Amino acid sequence: MSRNKRLIYLINIGLVLILFAILTILEASGVFTRYTMSILRLVCINVVLATSLNVTVGNLGQITLGHAGFMSIGAYTAGLFAKGVEIGGQNGYLIGILLAGICAGIFGIIVGIPVLRLKGDYLAIVTLAFGEIIRVLIEYFDFTGGAQGLNGIPRMQNFSVMFFLAVICVTLMYSVMTSRHGRAVLAIREDEIAAQSSGINITYYKTFAFTLSAFFAGIAGAMYAHNIGTIGASVFNYNKSFDILVMVVLGGMGSFTGAVISATVLTIVPETLRQFNDYRMIIYSLLLIMVMLFRPEGLLGRKEFHITKVVDKIKTKFGKHSVEGGS
Amino acid sequence: MNFLLQLLNGLQIGSIYALVALGYTMVYGIALLINFAHGEIIMLGAYTTVFTIQLLLAQTDLPYFVAIIPTIVICTLIGIIIERLAYKPLRNSPRISNLITAIGVSLLLQNTMMKIFGAQARSVPSIFHAKPLDFFGAKISVTTVVTIAVTAVLTILLQLFIKKTKYGKAMTATSEDYGAAELVGISVDRTLTMTFAIGSALAGVASLLYVSAYPQAEPMMGSMLGIKAFTAAVVGGIGLIPGAVLGGLILGIVEALTRAFISSKLSDAIVFGLLILVLLIKPSGLLGEDRKEKV
Repeated sequence: MSRNKRLIYLINIGLVLILFAILTILEASGVFTRYTMSILRLVCINVVLATSLNVTVGNLGQITLGHAGFMSIGAYTAGLFAKGVEIGGQNGYLIGILLAGICAGIFGIIVGIPVLRLKGDYLAIVTLAFGEIIRVLIEYFDFTGGAQGLNGIPRMQNFSVMFFLAVICVTLMYSVMTSRHGRAVLAIREDEIAAQSSGINITYYKTFAFTLSAFFAGIAGAMYAHNIGTIGASVFNYNKSFDILVMVVLGGMGSFTGAVISATVLTIVPETLRQFNDYRMIIYSLLLIMVMLFRPEGLLGRKEFHITKVVDKIKTKFGKHSVEGGS
Repeated sequence: MNFLLQLLNGLQIGSIYALVALGYTMVYGIALLINFAHGEIIMLGAYTTVFTIQLLLAQTDLPYFVAIIPTIVICTLIGIIIERLAYKPLRNSPRISNLITAIGVSLLLQNTMMKIFGAQARSVPSIFHAKPLDFFGAKISVTTVVTIAVTAVLTILLQLFIKKTKYGKAMTATSEDYGAAELVGISVDRTLTMTFAIGSALAGVASLLYVSAYPQAEPMMGSMLGIKAFTAAVVGGIGLIPGAVLGGLILGIVEALTRAFISSKLSDAIVFGLLILVLLIKPSGLLGEDRKEKV
């Protein structure tokens, strides 16, 4: 068992490294322009965002429409930290990002404990309200730069750092969600009352998943702030939350692989459609409706894509052949 | 005196919220769907009003409020089309699919209008021309009076329709239980379509009243209005006609008073804060009944 698991880890790490190597070679050889790299950085941010929302929407099974609020808290924390405390370089960046995650996580607890008593659409509308309140308050106070936003955040556009940060975030979320605690969260999604009667502390685990989700949204926000350098509160309105939700839903709610794939596709496709910029959002919304009509469970449903499963399949197929050959 | 004027202001915008909230609450009560596209129906209604006035009524001697007729017709038609094409095929799917579809329809309408008519706002001349009324020395615009009166009349009519007529009772029955309603011979399909049609017609009226208060139309105008109206419906107790009106009026008054006396920037935060407060104290809304979940 443990040996098998180690093999899986090694294969996955290997695949990530191969992907990274391919991207770096393409960048170094000049196939990828600066513009392509800027899109790839956005992909990293959106992957973290989508997977973090997947924790609440997919694994906990609660619809929230205020994810952009947590993202904005992370972005502003990192921005203010970088401008206030001048620890430059990658150390400052990483400390700021961690701090952003923690701040967003604390807000997740504060918002989560009262709000998670509500269910379904009520929860959706209350989280939307919270997201809007956070936005209005950021615009109201002066230390956040008010409606003008925050300028001059030190840029951090190193692709390899962002790539590995995204990989680490997704891995952490995935392993938490497949751990004992993660299974408790899944049990709540399947049936709250049944979960409660088997001794799962509902409030604790709901808040746990919500906070985890907020924490990584904060990290994504911080990455965003450092990537773009200028942030304004109006970016983080409910439309941003809808965007993230769409990524999760199209990928398949509850599937990390689905969230990663759809975040990647939904970041790259709109950029390549720029020449049809006027029709971009129309196509996007039509696509959304079509997917809901014809494949409501999303691209992957709740399935995960495991490379080891593919290997197993090939093995069994190969094994059969050898048996046939032998007889 | 200023306080009284702000109160009336609040009642005016509150009445519009109430009319929109009625549409949300009826659809939610019967289909359990937050119809995010409802705000966009208002936007389409506002465009219809603006274009009817600019292209037709400005050339004739007819009063501008005649634009209400095409506005209601267009809004109702679009409401029915949305229900038939987007929501009906999803009736038995999970709730989140419905919600996402609604968001999709909303984005589609916004962006299509943006593509056709551009992002800039289109303005209209004022719709009600009469002189302000003198009310104990304060000047009250006719628009305010008309808005409040129309909302009051429509709410009473709607309540009568639901309580007294066969169709209204069918709606109540359907909202309780689809299967049982089907068994006693109610066509669930027709009832749902009718609910959407009535909600959208009310949205049509609301859009004309909105345009008469804020004389312009733009593609994004519906989303915030819609979200606030839904908030109003939830505050009052979703699924309830009196709840939607109460919630709408409270929201309107709170918003107007905050704008006038505290801060215009903070008004949205206070309105949404009110929603959170109400839901935490009484999750079913001010007029709603608490329901225990059965195992």
